[in-house]
Amino acid sequence: MTATQTGSLGTDNVAAVEAGQDRVQRLSTGGLLLVVGLLLVWAVFSSDGVARIALSDAFDAVQLPVIPLPGTVTVAICAVLVLAAAVAFLANRGAGRVRRILGILAGVAVVLGFVTWVAAGSTLPFTLTNQLRGTLAVATPLVLGALCGVFSERAGVVNVAIEGQFLTAAFAAGITASLTKSLLAGLFAGVLAGVAMAAVLALFSLKYLMDHVILGVVINLLASGLTGFLFKQLVSSDVGRYNAVPIMPRIAIPLLDRIPFLGPILFNQTALAYIAILAVPVSWFLLFKTKWGLRVRSVGEHPHAADTVGINVVWTKSASVLLGGVMAGLGGAYFTIGSTGAFRPDLTVGNGFIALAALIMGRWHPVLAALMALFFGFVTQLGQTLNPLGSPIDSTFLLMLPYVATIIAVAGLVGRVRGPAADGQPFIKSS
Amino acid sequence: MTEESAAEKVVTVAPGTAPRSRRWVGVATTLIALVLAFLVGAVVMVVSDPNVVSKFAYFFSRPGDALGAAWDKVVLAFGALIRGSLGSWGAVTETTAQATPLICAGLGVGLAFRAGLFNIGGQGQAIWGAIVGAWIGFSLTGVPMALHIPLALICAIAFGAAWGGIAGFLKARTGAHEVISTIMLNHIAGGLLGYFLITPLFQMPGRTDPISPQVEWTAVLPRLAGTRLHVGFLLALLAAFAVWWLLERTTLGFQIRAVGHNPHAAETAGMSVGRVTIVAMSLAGGLAGLAGAQMVLAPTLLTSYPPQLSSGIVGGVGFDAITVALLGRSRPLGIVGAGLLFGAMKAGGLTMSAEAQTPSELTALIQALIVLFVAAPKFVTWLVPALRDRRSARPASAPKSKKEVSA
Repeated sequence: MTATQTGSLGTDNVAAVEAGQDRVQRLSTGGLLLVVGLLLVWAVFSSDGVARIALSDAFDAVQLPVIPLPGTVTVAICAVLVLAAAVAFLANRGAGRVRRILGILAGVAVVLGFVTWVAAGSTLPFTLTNQLRGTLAVATPLVLGALCGVFSERAGVVNVAIEGQFLTAAFAAGITASLTKSLLAGLFAGVLAGVAMAAVLALFSLKYLMDHVILGVVINLLASGLTGFLFKQLVSSDVGRYNAVPIMPRIAIPLLDRIPFLGPILFNQTALAYIAILAVPVSWFLLFKTKWGLRVRSVGEHPHAADTVGINVVWTKSASVLLGGVMAGLGGAYFTIGSTGAFRPDLTVGNGFIALAALIMGRWHPVLAALMALFFGFVTQLGQTLNPLGSPIDSTFLLMLPYVATIIAVAGLVGRVRGPAADGQPFIKSS
Repeated sequence: MTEESAAEKVVTVAPGTAPRSRRWVGVATTLIALVLAFLVGAVVMVVSDPNVVSKFAYFFSRPGDALGAAWDKVVLAFGALIRGSLGSWGAVTETTAQATPLICAGLGVGLAFRAGLFNIGGQGQAIWGAIVGAWIGFSLTGVPMALHIPLALICAIAFGAAWGGIAGFLKARTGAHEVISTIMLNHIAGGLLGYFLITPLFQMPGRTDPISPQVEWTAVLPRLAGTRLHVGFLLALLAAFAVWWLLERTTLGFQIRAVGHNPHAAETAGMSVGRVTIVAMSLAGGLAGLAGAQMVLAPTLLTSYPPQLSSGIVGGVGFDAITVALLGRSRPLGIVGAGLLFGAMKAGGLTMSAEAQTPSELTALIQALIVLFVAAPKFVTWLVPALRDRRSARPASAPKSKKEVSA
């Protein structure tokens, strides 16, 4: 696998292998677009009426007009665009850059066509501000979880345990916030729980050399069992005391929140969302602009070389995994104190794995991974926003959107990507 | 890259390969891991019990109270755990009934492990098995039992195999990591089950909640009268034998193991890694599908009918199966043993929650702890230095420094 993955080295032999993979990826992307395009063609015939896209909701300071889109025409244009992109991909026409732009356009067309199709028959408008603001909220744990993965995997520790870290953090944050009635205490407890689970991950993977993927899955089961048991034993015994969780208020940043359209989306969020947004550039700076970040990346790529130049490999890895735990703890706290309040067993429903998918799609880069997390947040929120419009398809399928999108993303759009070279490998100091 | 190292680890921790003199150490390590897991479980149980904790408040004036209460709690809960799993003939058959789907799904996860694949999708595959098994069970009427049961089981296996095959196909063709794709397929299968249950095809007439009709009696797995020992357990043992036969005595099994050991070498030797990946995931899915079908076709004790299909019908069998496969070290015989152990804990867990008011989730916690300790033998040997290998017969780079020995 290493031979095929390091295609960027540019030798002829490797380039040929790479081209074969590109072909598979091109054809599968084209095939996918073709299928979606044909679905849109079918949708053209069932989308008469006008879809109304609202640019502001009733509570916004600046009211913007509602854009009417004629259903049939819009969906038809979108379908043609998607099919054109599909043909370009399948027939291998157009330069790489042109095709990439066409692909992005097709992606936008898929979303626009789908939204128009659903909203065309509805009396309610599709509120774009709600969608985007919700995207940011839903993506908050995903961004933080993906950053947790970035720190952990850049240091060479595969982290499949984000889900378990989320779950314990959500539990700890919820119960603490309920007992103390303090959101700050809850947040702190969440971070502590995330770090504690990260410490288990670091201890067993680095000191006891357990396989990282197995360890991650076991940590998830452990978190599920522990929180499930404590929930039944302790929390259910006195719900008013342990599970009356206060919820973070949305904090509007003065002046900035009055910017039309963008203001209510970006500057009227919970503190956790602001933390998530800030964490992305901070993580990037830490990893790529500081001495510590260089060390982290070196122990993830080639621990023995790092060891030779005097870096304490195990400590560097541990520190990075624990910092990842802070991120996962913040992300986990979102599920209780950041959104719905009360804890339920297994309330993270696979979000840790979606964050993992965002990490892989984002090629282990903090900014790209965060963008991918935003994409997954968008898809998840789309189901929520479209549901009340009385969509022509069952809400079950709308709720499945993020999972389907994850599979398509991991399988079709990304293909084989290259992680840190020593990701998941045990480090045994040679003497 | 991660998937390969995962597979290699799974293979290397397997016993069999260890020299005979070291084998007792492996057994002792496993036993200590079990004891340790129950110990940690007991601690969690005690510290989360408000009654016991309240006695610890005055621990220093009357330590006997607190320790006595803690001891009583542990004895009560674990006593119920043992009574519910081994205490009577009925309890023993409850154990076999609970172990049946665990063994089948565990074989699925274990088989995939041997091919170097981490199949977390047992859950979704079992859900498909349950959907299809139940549907054939209640929609076909007037079919003789000798035809009805095999048909339901085979279709369930086929759908489970197809669902598992999707992940295998995606892995083989696009390189999508099976850990992510199977998790997502689990959620999709769960969503589809919820959707099916409110369609007229599946919903019980006259009901508004998501539940299916009762399966026909011709589709119910025959059982020993008055117990929960049913044909499914026999099928599980047969499946274990079949998996052993496949892995150890056939060409396909050899290919599966070869790919699991080293896919590059297997590819070089002319094997199609992609094909083996798809086949292994399909077989794993089929076994999980069988587990799902058993859950909707095995009779319960009181009604002598299986539970109706509902959204939580398979519980967490897919995840329990992972612990079963890991504890059983991906060997069919080990999986049967691990399945029986965890089946006993499930059976006892029901009694424990009824008699000792200790939620059965405790067994899930203990299961995870067992696997954590079993999969990290270095932790156990660190805890119990007597098990440490003093002759430094490790195959890896010869350890000399102090750091190496402690690692």
